[in-house]
Amino acid sequence: MPSVARRWVWLAGLAMIGSASSSLALAEPASNPAALERLVRQDCGSCHGMTLKGGLGPDLRASRLAGRSPETLSQIILDGVPGTAMPPWRPLISEADALWIANYLLAETGE
Amino acid sequence: MTGLRTGLFALIALAGVILAAGTTRAQTPELRGTGDLGIVIERASGSLLVIDTSQRRTIARVEGLGDLSHASAVFSPDARFAYVFGRDGGLTKVDLLTASIAQRIVQAGNSIGGAISDDGNLVAVANYEPGGIKVFDAKSLAEVADIPAAWHGGRSKTIGLEDAPGRRFLFSLWDAGETWIADFSGPGEPQVTKFSGIGKQPYDALITGDGRYYVAGLFGEDGLTVLDLWKTPLEPRRFMRGYGRGETQLPVYKMPHLESWAVAGDCLVLPAVGRHEVLWVDMRSFEEVGRTAVHGQPVFAVARPDGRQVWVNFAHPHNDTIQVVDSPTGKIVKELKLGPAVLHMEFTPRGHEVWVSVRDSNLVQVYDARTFEKKADIEANSPSGIFFAARAHKMGL
Repeated sequence: MPSVARRWVWLAGLAMIGSASSSLALAEPASNPAALERLVRQDCGSCHGMTLKGGLGPDLRASRLAGRSPETLSQIILDGVPGTAMPPWRPLISEADALWIANYLLAETGE
Repeated sequence: MTGLRTGLFALIALAGVILAAGTTRAQTPELRGTGDLGIVIERASGSLLVIDTSQRRTIARVEGLGDLSHASAVFSPDARFAYVFGRDGGLTKVDLLTASIAQRIVQAGNSIGGAISDDGNLVAVANYEPGGIKVFDAKSLAEVADIPAAWHGGRSKTIGLEDAPGRRFLFSLWDAGETWIADFSGPGEPQVTKFSGIGKQPYDALITGDGRYYVAGLFGEDGLTVLDLWKTPLEPRRFMRGYGRGETQLPVYKMPHLESWAVAGDCLVLPAVGRHEVLWVDMRSFEEVGRTAVHGQPVFAVARPDGRQVWVNFAHPHNDTIQVVDSPTGKIVKELKLGPAVLHMEFTPRGHEVWVSVRDSNLVQVYDARTFEKKADIEANSPSGIFFAARAHKMGL
């Protein structure tokens, strides 16, 4: 696993190349990447599994998310999915954080 | 002279070594019971600790249990073996006395929990993927039955798997909104009885300690469903319908758990879903008795074994706190801030102490359950579930 710092630099680059038109994509995350990674693994992991292979919620490994844009994923994170157990995370995290998580998920190879 | 003395010392030393080795070999291991042992799941490393609750210490670490990011355990009737259900479909039989893996299989792709039959001969696992339950011989872990949770939408995720008297297992179907009973009391294939329309998205269930009431909590609607196993014919009944009073549900960042949910005095103590409340429900009429406003979305509420107090922990982002509620009055009598990510609580069988896992502190904290005085800190790597061997003798645990 690459170091968090290295991955962040890489993801930031990816976000800039991939979504140069979106101002959202260029925003710095409000939280630090280590804290966000922890949130994904531990708290998203309550439903999606700590290794992101799924549980009550779907498999979130990059191979399963392929084809989805970071913007689509971050909207799901922020607003949830009505009728399912996916809650809106908007009360807890910023839009920049959500986009960071979306990019993180798309880049993770899983374990 | 010097040479002789050296030689003599060498001989004595050698004799000592032989004697010591002989003694060790001949020594029988110290006899001990398992009634005060337990396990602590280390969720991030696929390991567990075997712990001694009397001495408040770790005996050993057992590794190689796979993905334990969501894990639970049941115990054999002799309380020697723990059956650990992992997230990745792993079912591991752990010997508490030797602190080693006695048997391990991976029986599905994604699992949520399991149960052991009243006679101790069958271990059942509830699976998300592929949806259904599988049942194994408790000694060998050889497969005894495979019951796919088939419905018109395909295969449903299964939850709330509990044992009931008479070699029966009850479980519910998250996607299908059904409760099934698999009866293994007769020879041959199990008899499966299905109840549809129990409510939208049952997320977990409990069976009361007398084996009479199976209660399923619903996520997709305000309410719960109870199946009274003493009644003929069996008929699921909805209760606490509309407890949300039409108000918008708050986001639920972690599903509540019902399995060790509390029976306190004459009441069931239940988590409201999407409300920061604990609900008190009369055990016979299933009418609401009262509510306690609490710190966050409750995850576990565990009654001290005497039922006099109930300890409640909470979902992210309120998971640094425990509140202790007085059963007769429903009032909060104590609030503890234990640190980040309080995941689970387990009482000693007679309730004098409670063990609490604090994941992000890498600690299990032991408290006097009456004075709230901390008795010990036990190091553990991202601890989550704590399961004491005394569960071996309790229905539904």
